[in-house]
Amino acid sequence: MFGTRWQPFSPVWNQLTQLQSEMNRLFDRWGGDGNRAQAVFPPLNIWEADDALMVEAELPGLDMKDLEIYVTGTDQLTLKGERKETLPQKNAQHRQERGFGKFVRVLTLPIPVDANKVEAKLENGILTLKLPKHEAAKPRKIAVKAS
Amino acid sequence: MAEKTELATKSPAVPTVPETTHGGPHFVPRVDIVETDKQLIVYADLPGVAPQDVDLRYERGELVLHGKVKPRTGTGNRLLEEYDIGDFYRAFQVHETIDASKIEAECKNGVLTVYLPKEEAAQPKKVMVKAS
Repeated sequence: MFGTRWQPFSPVWNQLTQLQSEMNRLFDRWGGDGNRAQAVFPPLNIWEADDALMVEAELPGLDMKDLEIYVTGTDQLTLKGERKETLPQKNAQHRQERGFGKFVRVLTLPIPVDANKVEAKLENGILTLKLPKHEAAKPRKIAVKAS
Repeated sequence: MAEKTELATKSPAVPTVPETTHGGPHFVPRVDIVETDKQLIVYADLPGVAPQDVDLRYERGELVLHGKVKPRTGTGNRLLEEYDIGDFYRAFQVHETIDASKIEAECKNGVLTVYLPKEEAAQPKKVMVKAS
């Protein structure tokens, strides 16, 4: 039989399937677990209050001494830390699901903040940062004079 | 940007978990379980759960863990939402014979540690070999 026939085991086909499986692996790693990419740690919730930016992170098992928080300039926030493994001497490990290790997360804040007045609180494994807005970024009410 | 680490966060619950009346997401806490000669130790990540809000029960060989999270939604303009907030729930079938009266638990920095001591009979004993 002449003409091109679909060859499932041709080298090109192999390369294509290989590429596809590579791509799947890549997407599985970055977005396969639920709807969210788990490439960054810790995940953050950030909201804007009237006079401050609030940043919240779930960091169970961490002490303040395991955590370093920096504000560089007026808009760069760095969270750095290490979750240390504290498991005792054991005979058998039934489950190992919790992760340990170092992490760094750097983000640029959308609003300039006053680095000198940042407050941090770590309670029950929840880190809450209050970053007061820089004077220049605070809304000002403008009085309209009646002419 | 972020360094690649082995750190992981909580994952949403499978549908077998009893639902709460007020709805909202439920989470399966990540756990480590280790066994020593004398006891089983369960470590569970429960970020946002105060020690008094942990409900821990051991009944007929089943350890049920329920951590209530106080709602802490801030008011204002949401800029970034990378995780949801909700209660934690998980149950384990414990096969080892556990002395239920001696179960102890502590909660610190959002990590719950449960000590499940084995019954005396279930603990390994060193057999002394006498020289004849």
